[in-house]
Amino acid sequence: MTDFIALLKKMLSASGLSGFEDPIREIIHEAWTPLTDELSVSKIGSLHGLKMGRGEAPRRRVLISAHMDAIGMMVTAIEGGLMRVTEIGGLDHRILPGQLVTVHGREALPGVVVQPPAHLLPESAGEGPVEMKYLFVDVGLRPAAVAEKVRIGDTVSYAQEPLELTGEALAGHSLDNRVSVAATTLCLQELQTRMHDWDVWAVASAQEEETLGGALTSPFDIRPDIAIVIDVCFAKSTGSNDWSSIPFGEGVGLGYGPNIHPALYAAFEEKAKALEIPYHRDLMPKMSGTDAMAIQVVAEGIPCMVLGIPLRYMHTPVETVSLKDIRRAGRLMAAFIADLTPDALDKIQWEE
Amino acid sequence: MTNKLEMSAGKLPEIGASQIALLEKLCNATAVSGDEHEVRQIVLEAVKLIADEVKVDALGNVLATKFGRSDKRVRVMLAAHMDEIGLMVVKKHEDGVFEFVRVGGIDERQLPGKPVLVGREHLPGVIGAKPIHLTTAAERKNKIDESAMRIDLGPEIGEKVKPGDRATFATRFELLGPSIRAKALDDRFGVATLIELLKHAPDQIDLLAAFTVQEEVGLRGARVAAYALDPDMAIAVDATPAYDLPPWDDEDENDRYNTRLDAGPAIYVMDFGTIPDRRLVNWLVETATQDEIPYQLRQPGGGGTDAGAIHKVRSGIPSVSVSVPVRYAHTAASIARLDDWANTLRLLHAALGRVTPNLLVGERRG
Repeated sequence: MTDFIALLKKMLSASGLSGFEDPIREIIHEAWTPLTDELSVSKIGSLHGLKMGRGEAPRRRVLISAHMDAIGMMVTAIEGGLMRVTEIGGLDHRILPGQLVTVHGREALPGVVVQPPAHLLPESAGEGPVEMKYLFVDVGLRPAAVAEKVRIGDTVSYAQEPLELTGEALAGHSLDNRVSVAATTLCLQELQTRMHDWDVWAVASAQEEETLGGALTSPFDIRPDIAIVIDVCFAKSTGSNDWSSIPFGEGVGLGYGPNIHPALYAAFEEKAKALEIPYHRDLMPKMSGTDAMAIQVVAEGIPCMVLGIPLRYMHTPVETVSLKDIRRAGRLMAAFIADLTPDALDKIQWEE
Repeated sequence: MTNKLEMSAGKLPEIGASQIALLEKLCNATAVSGDEHEVRQIVLEAVKLIADEVKVDALGNVLATKFGRSDKRVRVMLAAHMDEIGLMVVKKHEDGVFEFVRVGGIDERQLPGKPVLVGREHLPGVIGAKPIHLTTAAERKNKIDESAMRIDLGPEIGEKVKPGDRATFATRFELLGPSIRAKALDDRFGVATLIELLKHAPDQIDLLAAFTVQEEVGLRGARVAAYALDPDMAIAVDATPAYDLPPWDDEDENDRYNTRLDAGPAIYVMDFGTIPDRRLVNWLVETATQDEIPYQLRQPGGGGTDAGAIHKVRSGIPSVSVSVPVRYAHTAASIARLDDWANTLRLLHAALGRVTPNLLVGERRG
């Protein structure tokens, strides 16, 4: 179990932007190989791991979806040895100037995001935030070397190494949503020593940050009876203190709203109470902003639960998580799955 | 560090592995204006074996003197500032979160989303930002004010961080091909350069090296250092912005680049605080020309160096500045070329070798 921090740090140091997940997928593939019976990669690039339940087929199936893709940038133009970029996923341009990045050209090139001085910007840029289209990436190479090594369309990922803060807090980029992959791995580890009737399909999904492409296609292949989506949720922090955020490091979020089947919510709440795992109801009045938006409407529809790991400063290179909440999420998922009886689906009903 | 006794005055200084290692150590150290301790320790360690006299003055400047051997020696002061821009923690909030203010000229747009190192123990923290999902389009049109930002050190920081502690960007020194990416190249370049020049000081001058404090908050160390050293002339060795980027509108020429990378050391003709003695400018230009050392004239304009204080000390000290061109100074990660640094060292060494009492004889003339 202790190696989950090492695995998490390894995942946080890997690239794997939406649509370009192969570097992170290979790390997860290696981690899940001893924990699953079968592994495969879907057409869109999601990783599917099957851990078979006991008992006679056909068995019920539970899908765990943890998206593995990360936000980042893509090169749009090269001018004077410097690169212009656009976003992959949702980036706040205000946090970009001065960030360390890696340009994935013909080789990995370390660089920095540059905010040009005011006199080289249109007057409208003024003293306010500079739009992404006016920023550059500089990799410290002379123009001829850049022309040789970088092309339009190359991806640009954050390069900040993870930092351990006090109180089991970890900061870095791409914690959204590698922390959930780590929690899913912990769940699979725990299921090694626990009997479970249902087949467990662990999915590291692709393209959540852009198209939800992974979440729309994996359930079609797998046809699960229920799905648990695990993703990060907003933790209370500077500038994020209203009802949409839950406390940091004080338990997992149980998603509550239209993307979530109320009977699954109730079952998770009951399980968390029984195990004395702290949790907070995470209100999602409209769309959840997670893979559940897609999974819920695949084929004839799939009952979904959304588990949240509270995260501070989401979509910045210093996203911060409590390791305690990752462990709690893994434990809660494992307990829920281990206790699924062959007829458990009968209880996932609408109260009429 | 290696034993520097192997120096020899005759050999030319160069930028090799040990010089780069020293620069790395200097850049990774924390020395926010007013708290220059870490860099001062590195400097003292480096100069104690090579200088004839070393003292630390009332403000914390390190003054290191290397005496020449000839009879009529010119007293030449070289100044490089040890301090860097940074932050000071000013108030503790709940949950490991602290309020801070900037020390020195940092654009607050460079702060959100950055890792920082706090205090003498270099405790890691982060300056977070509200998730983009929770911001409005109108909000994203405004920059995030310093007063709305916090440093987060994790919930169990306890008493390990207190108001008054300094913080810097957490960026570690790295070589990128022909370049260096690091924080605080302004002015660790100057500090490392002065150490090399002390090792290779020519005989016909007394080399008075001032590793100064508080440059970024008003050139305060340089003023008292110049008084104490009482030199005949002075050179501030610093880093200056290279704004050699394409303008947003491709139709335009960028004719306000200040300096350019790969063009060599930047010789100052005028800045916000100093109109350098033109005899010294000419001496540097002639040296570069004769020795075929690349150089550039820094475009006259704003900005400044320790020379701004030094040239007005006592009854006036003829002064000039030479800087290594640096992109993105005063941010988490500046980029500069190794070649420009090496040529800055070459130019200064060659110029010092040509100093004679005649250089400053007579009246100041353009």
